[in-house]
Amino acid sequence: MADAATHTHDHHEKKSFFVRWFMSTNHKDIGILYLFTAAVVGFVSVAFTVYMRMELADPGVQYMCLEGARLFADPGAECTPNGHLWNVMITYHGVLMMFFVVIPALFGGFGNYFMPLHIGAPDMAFPRMNNLSYWMYVAGTSLGIASLLAPGGNDQLGSGVGWVLYPPLSTTEGGFSMDLAIFAVHLSGASSILGAINMITTFLNMRAPGMTLFKVPLFPWSIFVTAWLILLSLPVLAGGITMLLTDRNFGTTFFDPAGGGDPVLYQHILWFFGHPEVYMIILPGFGIISHVISKFSNKPLFGYLPMVWALIAIGFLGFVVWAHHMYTVGMSISQQSYFMLATMVIAVPTGVKVFSWIATMWGGSIEFKTPMLWAFGFLFLFTVGGVTGIVLSQAPIDRAYHDTYYVVAHFHYVMSLGAVFCIFAGIYYWIGKMSGRQYPEWAGKLHFWTMFVGANLTFFPQHFLGRQGMPRRYIDYPEAFAYWNKLSSYGAFLSFASFLFFIGVVFYTLKWGKRVSEENYWGGEAETLEWTLPTPPPEHTFETLPKQEDWDKQPAH
Amino acid sequence: MAHEKNHDYHILNPSVWPFLGALSGFVMLFGLTIWISPAVENNHPWLFLIGLVGVLYVMFGWWSDVIREGKEGDHTPVVIIGLRYGMLMFILSEVMFFAAWFWTFFKHAMYPMTEGSPKVDGVWPPEGIETFDPWGLPLINTLILLCSGMAVTWAHHALVHENNRKDVINGLALAVFLGIMFTAFQALEYAEAPFDFAGNIYGASFFMATGFHGFHVIIGTIFLLVNLIRAMKGELSPEHHVGFEAAAWYWHFVDVVWLFLFGAIYIWGS
Repeated sequence: MADAATHTHDHHEKKSFFVRWFMSTNHKDIGILYLFTAAVVGFVSVAFTVYMRMELADPGVQYMCLEGARLFADPGAECTPNGHLWNVMITYHGVLMMFFVVIPALFGGFGNYFMPLHIGAPDMAFPRMNNLSYWMYVAGTSLGIASLLAPGGNDQLGSGVGWVLYPPLSTTEGGFSMDLAIFAVHLSGASSILGAINMITTFLNMRAPGMTLFKVPLFPWSIFVTAWLILLSLPVLAGGITMLLTDRNFGTTFFDPAGGGDPVLYQHILWFFGHPEVYMIILPGFGIISHVISKFSNKPLFGYLPMVWALIAIGFLGFVVWAHHMYTVGMSISQQSYFMLATMVIAVPTGVKVFSWIATMWGGSIEFKTPMLWAFGFLFLFTVGGVTGIVLSQAPIDRAYHDTYYVVAHFHYVMSLGAVFCIFAGIYYWIGKMSGRQYPEWAGKLHFWTMFVGANLTFFPQHFLGRQGMPRRYIDYPEAFAYWNKLSSYGAFLSFASFLFFIGVVFYTLKWGKRVSEENYWGGEAETLEWTLPTPPPEHTFETLPKQEDWDKQPAH
Repeated sequence: MAHEKNHDYHILNPSVWPFLGALSGFVMLFGLTIWISPAVENNHPWLFLIGLVGVLYVMFGWWSDVIREGKEGDHTPVVIIGLRYGMLMFILSEVMFFAAWFWTFFKHAMYPMTEGSPKVDGVWPPEGIETFDPWGLPLINTLILLCSGMAVTWAHHALVHENNRKDVINGLALAVFLGIMFTAFQALEYAEAPFDFAGNIYGASFFMATGFHGFHVIIGTIFLLVNLIRAMKGELSPEHHVGFEAAAWYWHFVDVVWLFLFGAIYIWGS
């Protein structure tokens, strides 16, 4: 049994279900666990948005009634608007998506599975701690769900304070739901920090022989930069929410002016984490997109070195722009000017990335397979979100746009359409490698087009709503905003249908999908090491470390 | 294992610790909410304690496994480098955790709030707050902690350069003793504090920053104590003592945080 490649399955079958999935020390299994859990939590979080869009489809309150939440509007029955339920929905949609869906999927899932493969490492540096990261993420999610179901403000269940947990809302919210939510964030934060330590150590210590830093493929690089953002910013958030906790339970006054505290301090601490957070969400996606575009253009990536430095620059700049989320809190003009200029500087490395992707496609023989469609969609939508970002970065203009639907549209374009499209690109790109079965191409394409149309239909009209002055975070709105809200809701329903279809596609693929056994089933150059491994890879990969000629296509570089 | 491993990295067997640890963590934090939240009727610490016992048990079992693996030779040179990276990253994340507490301290010390703020500035320390004299107990504690750091360095030298087990034990024992002294004096200081934790920003910043530091001192003391026991059992060698190194780094980190606390909160902030 010297050749691991010929014995793909025998090993897995020896382990009981519990040992394989609950006691795992295998980066691939843990990656798969992350992906599945993130999908389940994502479904919950998406279901909340559908309910919200149902409510917003027409003026007036039809579904979220104090008399009981409804799934079908009943014009005959009394309906007193239940603002708390609405607030709970937006809060948990945000918290779940930010902490428990996108980062676990991209960083935990794809990062775990493919980062070691890309650098030719046999596993992560700390395989057992890797599993602790995963289970702490599950424990955090459970606390989050417990918080949703625990007594909260307004004598109802759950906390309705918004995902940013701003005081004084969060410090005065009744019940203990808020405390559970804080602990949920603590646990998920600890999970991410341990994951980041693991990723950084693996990246620095376990690269294949000959793979110097600037020969590492872009996906591991993106994970490496993301890990630094997590390592340096999440502990600060942990401190900030601990202050919330003591303010709530022990009478401290960090954020209470009556005792000399300052609620704006919380906003600074939160956004010192929060802005790097949005880059943690998108950077691994950048990595995936780089590989997908290169693969389906049949060309090596354009401008590798600038692409790496752009990742590093975005990561660094992410730490020095946080207060652009708080232009309206009463900062001095010079502070606002600084944060405005620093923010705009980010457009430069981001531009480097977008133009390098375009240049990669330029003159290539492009194949519009499903992953490439997602990458293409990402490129367009992320650019739209980036452009509205530049609009919002201007402090004077933000006076008008702050807390309107324009902001909602902006960040959903970069996250919901940017990061989530990256996740889908990654899934279609790699599902064959991970499972040994390929999805039906038509289904992937149908999923893409329905999602592309649905997501645009949802969020593009929200720019108009924002410009008309519709504020965020309200359960109801005047007649004047009805038209675009209706369209936006139709878009959300279409996206949800598309998401359900996607779940079907995944199950179909795993169960009945066409078997693939080719190592490099997309064809072309095997630019990264996963394409030199059997499909699906054996339990232990690289038991003999890869040789430089396996991966180094440009030795002179 | 059927496959042959042709590299020096550490491939681990399945382990139940991560799952148990996260489960205990969940119970502990849920129990903590039940214990501390004013919104819960009949607060009780029992659920928290059950979770805590679970967490401590997992820590003990997990790190016993690590020590055993080290003895069995799984910690090859490249794995040791990885462990070092890991510890450094962990300390870095701890530094950033303290950044949050320094942030709130410096914010309120430099831009104190009062009635009518932000138009009117407050004063620091806030009116009616009597602070500690930094040149009494805090200075003594500073010297104690610095001496303790020196004792660890002495033990390190004795181990690496002379392989003198007696001096290693003496140095570590002294370091642990001084660490306990520090914690005791800190407890004494807390008991005499002329200001409250609740109701004023000075007390909140002071107790949380120094309190979290104190908590880290206790962790570091236990970390050193474990290494002291291992040194007595003869488990540390000049070539292989990652745990000792990690404990020493951690101890110096705790030291440095204290110097900043001493300089900023005790001297400058009073």
